[in-house]
Amino acid sequence: MKKIFLILFLIFFSPIKVFALIEVDITRGNLNPLPLAVSPLSIDDKSKKSFEKILKKENIGSEISTIVENNLRTSGLFNPLNRDAFLQAPDIANLKPRFEDWNLIKAQALITGKVTYVDEKLRVEFRLWDILAAKEMMALAFTTVPSNWRRVGHIISDKVYERLTGEKGYFDTRIIYVAEEGPKTQRKKRLAIMDQDGANNKFLTLGNELVLTPRFNPTSQMVTYLSYFKNLPRVYLLDIETGTQEVVGDFPGMTFAPRFSPDGKKIIMSFAKDGKSDIYTMDLENRLVERITNHPSIDTSPSYSPNGKFIAFNSDRSGYQQIYIMKSDGSDVKRISFGNGIYGTPVWSPRGDLIAFTKLHKGKFYIGVMRTDGKGERLLTENYYQEAPSWSPNGRVLIFYRETKTNDKGEGFSAKLWSIDLTGYNERLVETQTDASDPSWSSLLSN
Amino acid sequence: MILSKIYNNTLLILATCLVLTACATKKEVATDAIKGQMQSDVYTGTDTVEYLADGVPDRVFFATNETILTTASRETLRAQAAWLRKNSSINVVLEGHADERGTREYNLALGERRANSAKDYLMTYGISSDRISVLSYGKERPVDAGSNPLAWSKNRRSVTVKAN
Repeated sequence: MKKIFLILFLIFFSPIKVFALIEVDITRGNLNPLPLAVSPLSIDDKSKKSFEKILKKENIGSEISTIVENNLRTSGLFNPLNRDAFLQAPDIANLKPRFEDWNLIKAQALITGKVTYVDEKLRVEFRLWDILAAKEMMALAFTTVPSNWRRVGHIISDKVYERLTGEKGYFDTRIIYVAEEGPKTQRKKRLAIMDQDGANNKFLTLGNELVLTPRFNPTSQMVTYLSYFKNLPRVYLLDIETGTQEVVGDFPGMTFAPRFSPDGKKIIMSFAKDGKSDIYTMDLENRLVERITNHPSIDTSPSYSPNGKFIAFNSDRSGYQQIYIMKSDGSDVKRISFGNGIYGTPVWSPRGDLIAFTKLHKGKFYIGVMRTDGKGERLLTENYYQEAPSWSPNGRVLIFYRETKTNDKGEGFSAKLWSIDLTGYNERLVETQTDASDPSWSSLLSN
Repeated sequence: MILSKIYNNTLLILATCLVLTACATKKEVATDAIKGQMQSDVYTGTDTVEYLADGVPDRVFFATNETILTTASRETLRAQAAWLRKNSSINVVLEGHADERGTREYNLALGERRANSAKDYLMTYGISSDRISVLSYGKERPVDAGSNPLAWSKNRRSVTVKAN
């Protein structure tokens, strides 16, 4: 995918850093999202016809802008204004916006751009304007194959997000998850993958065997997951580009709870034998297996720190599920969760400073975060059942799944993906074709 | 086997009828029914139980987060051990399960631990470990889809299944 998607950064219109421009503060919950206008990307008639033929989209410029609008709105930090209120035509706005017009509709930022069909490629340029300062903040152009048009929208969103917040975006990413169907007692589960906004959904397995807990490799298009192939629950490695898969290691029992190391070179997982589960790693290059924990308790849900030096994991060695951290060689085990209730599924933030977790307390499930020393616990959301948070690559958003309570007859079960901002605001249902669970967020596909 | 199930169901219906006549409100009926089928968090009913042979129940139940065998569970497993000794060509899979009130990964480990707890007991009664394999389903295969304590108690189980 990366190979065919050659982004050519052709022009940098504004190489000089401009001062005192708008900035979006994302350290706090944002109840006043920044109003901005996404002017539809302008397109000439000839290009329009060419894309209509290839992509079956009447106006690809407008479609790309819609993707940008949706992404920015979903982030909770921006409020894209209604296009009906725009006074200036897209092509003219892209050349030189009449700032007073945009100011009139209360837009603080403006995105304009142009799409053209050049040598069978899709060429997009876009600009970000600061309305109050009446200045251009950023201008970029890139060329790609037409079928990548959705990714163009995501990349524009990422660039705008980064320019306005000072942090990398998370829109040009994908989610791998488990698609669920059928009655609760006989759930059919399939691996599925989709763009972060729900588009391009694809099923990766047929549903003949139970599959659970897929996780992305942070550095490649590989996925590790648990499959009950031939009724032997084992950790598998799947290349989502070629479709090839293989079992990880040669263990005489169940392996589960897999995750990649930050460099993508190892898989860390649990191996259960004789009633105890310990944590192991396998090096994907030389296939060497290393035992990391050795304790009669259940040790599971391991997750590396982004620098690879530490591992957070879940253990019931104190009697109940709690969160522990240790050095990556298994030494210096320290319990970090001491609040009321039981704690599971620790996941280290890509920024390294926080650990997201699931907590069960007095019959309610919470998704929360704590610092890596266990202090500063913050619960973001409470529900009947929810678990398994996964971080957006910039560490701002968590995606997790939620299950509903059934009635006395056992009816009304559903499982859905939800996302929430690190601040605890902006909780959203992530739409999927089927019921869904066990989401895992990819890294940015382009950088 | 079917007969014994019908017999059990009839008994249950009879019991429910008795309770119905005895109690004033519907709510009390529900709690009484749970009381009859659960003892300190462990399922004691027979609703979901199947039989490997006459008098040999196929499953044992556990308390929340526990893997300890109750007196009734040990009795069931002794019956299974006796049946396995008599039928030396039969191998079994012990399928361990958890209820839905736990994280998926931990529940996989918990199911494995429950099945092993049953396996250990069968082994102390002379069944070779070669004849027993263990398979955890975690919370993936509940028998009761309900979201209530009784349903959860039915789902916390280790089921002995013929492998051949």
